[in-house]
Amino acid sequence: MSSHERVDVGAVLAHLGDSVKSFLTTRGINLPVFVGIHTGGVWVAQALHTHCAVAEPLGMLDVSYHRDDVARTGVRPLKPVRMPASLDDRHVLLIDDVLFTGRTTRAALNELFEYGRPASVSLVVLVERPGREIPVAPDLTGMRLELGPEDRVKLQGPDPMELVITRPNDSLLEEPAR
Amino acid sequence: MSSTQPTLFRLPPAAQYQLDEEGRLRHFLTIEGLPAALLEEILSTAQSFHTAADQAARKVPLLRGKTIVNLFFEASTRTRTTFELAAKRLSADVLNLDMATAATTKGESLLDTLRNLEAMHCDMFVVRHHQSGAAHFIVRHVAEHISVINAGDGRHAHPTQAMLDMFTLRQHFPDFSAITVVIVGDILHSRVARSEIQALRSLGVGEIRVIAPRTLLPREATSLGVIPFKSMEEGLVGAQAVIMLRLQKERMHGSFVPSEDEYYRLYGLTRARVELLAEDGIVMHPGPVNRGVEIESAVVDGPRSVILKQVRNGIAVRMAILSMAMRRHAW
Repeated sequence: MSSHERVDVGAVLAHLGDSVKSFLTTRGINLPVFVGIHTGGVWVAQALHTHCAVAEPLGMLDVSYHRDDVARTGVRPLKPVRMPASLDDRHVLLIDDVLFTGRTTRAALNELFEYGRPASVSLVVLVERPGREIPVAPDLTGMRLELGPEDRVKLQGPDPMELVITRPNDSLLEEPAR
Repeated sequence: MSSTQPTLFRLPPAAQYQLDEEGRLRHFLTIEGLPAALLEEILSTAQSFHTAADQAARKVPLLRGKTIVNLFFEASTRTRTTFELAAKRLSADVLNLDMATAATTKGESLLDTLRNLEAMHCDMFVVRHHQSGAAHFIVRHVAEHISVINAGDGRHAHPTQAMLDMFTLRQHFPDFSAITVVIVGDILHSRVARSEIQALRSLGVGEIRVIAPRTLLPREATSLGVIPFKSMEEGLVGAQAVIMLRLQKERMHGSFVPSEDEYYRLYGLTRARVELLAEDGIVMHPGPVNRGVEIESAVVDGPRSVILKQVRNGIAVRMAILSMAMRRHAW
């Protein structure tokens, strides 16, 4: 039997929001562009965008067409994409819900650079878990989860936002101990 | 074989070729037999590729490493170039073969040409041919990994044109059930008309009318689910869109039309006739336009005309169809 665990992320988001604020201050970034990756990343980005009272509208990316597995999965219609006309010389905060293999981040970076040459891109994630297959590291992380390769974590939302953690191998690990 | 009793061209159902075992697009030969949900998916996917006129076009890597061959046995400018742009924006490599001047004129058979292209590791053929059923024929004879897109075959079908027109219509009228669309002109010889009617019906357009001289209207017009009108003055009234067809001189061997002048007098879309449309009514034309033959020049350039928008939409719609039909890797 697999186990499900639900985790409320309200407090984590608030803390991450404060970290983003001080990150921007430390780096001297006055006019950041917040960009969320569909779907969960947009929810997180929306919360951070509100928390930090950013003037510029939130950017939204659907990176499906830049993914390296699209030849396997097939093409599907994109969710609404909204980006500033140009990212030239802008400081971008790229925001996602879960950082796992790093492949989504890679696809998002490729797509971001279609919109110009940003001055910098920083990666902000709500959850970081082990399993990187690409050299990608977050600049800011809400929480770390020590999950195994078969475990799954999914952000549900947008209101309320909570993490659903599924561990398919729990019973296998627990039974010998009984 | 010009006939006094016009009949509709028919081919065996293509559904068996067009979809794979999971119901996904495999080849795109005709609108006929395709589920409405798939047509909707094409329109939604095209929306993902659509960029407004003032936006810079962006490339996506969806077809990187793939080779697409534009195999055109019949002249075309708009269709071929928008297919080419669509393929390039998907990062595919594109070969343009103008077959009118190619090896087939030196006696090579179509099948030998296909074998040669297969040997070059091509992944997709975009085919335009003067014979009805040419794309079907190629599907039955090419290697398994190749997808075939029909870019117009004889009098049979021009499905990508129909889809880009549906996309353009949708931009103006999100609710198809509430609109009336009129198709004017040579319904009999027009692959565009046939595909348009199938798409309009499948997507649930409220009312479809056709206006044509009796000699250019297939006998079974009413069984297509369209309402025939004899005159522009009756048929255009209150419609949200009129699709003008080109008078296809090259496909007419009999005397279907007494003279160009009379055709224009009876069926030409003039500024006065445009006023019969609904207040928000639009004017469409698949091109190439014969100014002063089926449509008044001032209407082509007028405020109701969406003709150039149709051309631009052709890129996004063809990107959707190319990317959806490309064979997926099994891994």
